[in-house]
Amino acid sequence: MADRILYAMYDDEEILKDGAKMLVAKGVKVEEVFSPFPIHGIDPIIGIEQTRLGIFSFIYGMIGLTLATTGMWFFMIYDWPMNIGGKPSFSYLENMMSFIPITFEFTVLCAAHGMAITYLIANRTLPGMKSQNPDPRTTDDKFVMECRTSQNTQFSADELEKMMKSTGIIELEQKDI
Amino acid sequence: MEFKISKKAKTFTLTLMVIGLLFTGIGIAMHSSDHHFATRFLSNGLINSLFFFSIGLGALFFLALQYATETGWYAAVKRVIEAVMGFIPYGIGFLLLIFIVLTIMDGAHIYTWMDPEVVAHDDIIKMKSTYLNKTFFWIRTVAYLGIYFWYWRGFRTRSLEEDKVGGTEIHFKNYKKGAVFLVFFAVFSSTSSWDWVMSIDVHWFSTLFGWYTFAGIWCSSMTVIVILTLYLKKLGYLPKVNDNHIHDIGKWVFATSFLWSYLWFSQYMLIWYANLGEEVIYYMMRIEHYQVMYFGMFLVNMVFPMLLLMSRDAKRHAGTLTIIGVIILIGHWSDVYIMVSAGSLGAGASIGFLEIGMLMLMAGIFIRVILNNLSKAPMTPINHPFLDESIHHEI
Repeated sequence: MADRILYAMYDDEEILKDGAKMLVAKGVKVEEVFSPFPIHGIDPIIGIEQTRLGIFSFIYGMIGLTLATTGMWFFMIYDWPMNIGGKPSFSYLENMMSFIPITFEFTVLCAAHGMAITYLIANRTLPGMKSQNPDPRTTDDKFVMECRTSQNTQFSADELEKMMKSTGIIELEQKDI
Repeated sequence: MEFKISKKAKTFTLTLMVIGLLFTGIGIAMHSSDHHFATRFLSNGLINSLFFFSIGLGALFFLALQYATETGWYAAVKRVIEAVMGFIPYGIGFLLLIFIVLTIMDGAHIYTWMDPEVVAHDDIIKMKSTYLNKTFFWIRTVAYLGIYFWYWRGFRTRSLEEDKVGGTEIHFKNYKKGAVFLVFFAVFSSTSSWDWVMSIDVHWFSTLFGWYTFAGIWCSSMTVIVILTLYLKKLGYLPKVNDNHIHDIGKWVFATSFLWSYLWFSQYMLIWYANLGEEVIYYMMRIEHYQVMYFGMFLVNMVFPMLLLMSRDAKRHAGTLTIIGVIILIGHWSDVYIMVSAGSLGAGASIGFLEIGMLMLMAGIFIRVILNNLSKAPMTPINHPFLDESIHHEI
């Protein structure tokens, strides 16, 4: 089945929010909203799930913790035993104090970088990737709402168009794919 | 909405105070003939006065921080912060009482530098005596307490006045006063912790000590504020406070726990690494005689909030926050307990009826004072300029 994408452009995020509320109340599925900044309270309206980035961050942190601990144990205790701070006990546990800062830093490093890279991949915004937004003006001062006919089969394309037009838009663009 | 202390709360605080008094009585009867009884009794007085006074002080600092940064979100919980900060005059009273008794008793083996006989035979204390002597100690103490009292009164009076007159004049005045208070507090929180707490271990010193104590104060205050907010919300007194406010204060508990753990570790690690006799002695005492409690309270104050408060849902869940909050408070009380006792009583310290009784007595007074403060003003500030923003707070 042919899919048609409707892009409705707004010049105010509050109008977009009210429009989205109205459309969702009528049973329209809003696929995506493009905005130059985060719009407060839009997520629950168009039904975007709570992000799982925090869970990923925790996992990356644990990986960092494990890597740092194993690495330092191998370098400083096992492979080449070091006299740490005048305490040549050659035991990881007894010298743990001096390893904690690095463990902490490496955990943060892994969590932060892992999270940033995951975020860029999830949004398909890694350097060199083709931009996802339909109109470059959504990175400046315009807001775009996207609906697809394939997700709103209970309405015809014309009905959908009419409904979207009634929400105070400034432009409507359509694309068949 | 006006707050009325419920019958349950009245009975609860009264029971706490009565049992506390009873336990204290038993403790006195059991130990009054002990050699170190005076030191033990006064140590407990100092521990509890410091702990509960500093919770009020932390709330004053937090309010000043909100004023100085012109924050909006906190307006709905402002009266809760003010109620906690209202313990300051009572705390000052308890502290002054303890300090007067200690001065009269030449330090009672707690502040050994107050004892002329000890100083005469101790070269290290002699070198410090230009700073650590009774006169200068009192000049400083009066300055700290006077300024804290002055700012507490100013903030409270202006807050109540704002309810009546509105406008932004008071807001901008608070903004300036808050910033000036933070400057005073930055210096005084450090120096007062040296004078009141670090000087108990008079030979020992740590440049991190002030921040470490301050982080503990901040964390305890945020914990008390979150528990009190949850309690009042459950009773329906704070209709404007939503999950987002709770989440934000929960984040403060989480963050300040980390600040405290970070500073605890920084102090410990540097001294452990350098391994200098005059510094290590402080930890030797704690590890040899307070091992379980000392490392236990570190774990409780760090691992509990870290693992249990990390997720967003936990910070929005009243039950989780309250339970962790109570545990953290016990942890921070233990911190203050070890700070004072390990210096004053050393190996001879133990927790018995006296310690628990005095803690319960003070806790009862503290809770009652706070609830009493709440009943003196409307629960939501009426004319706070950021009130509307706070009501619509969403994160």
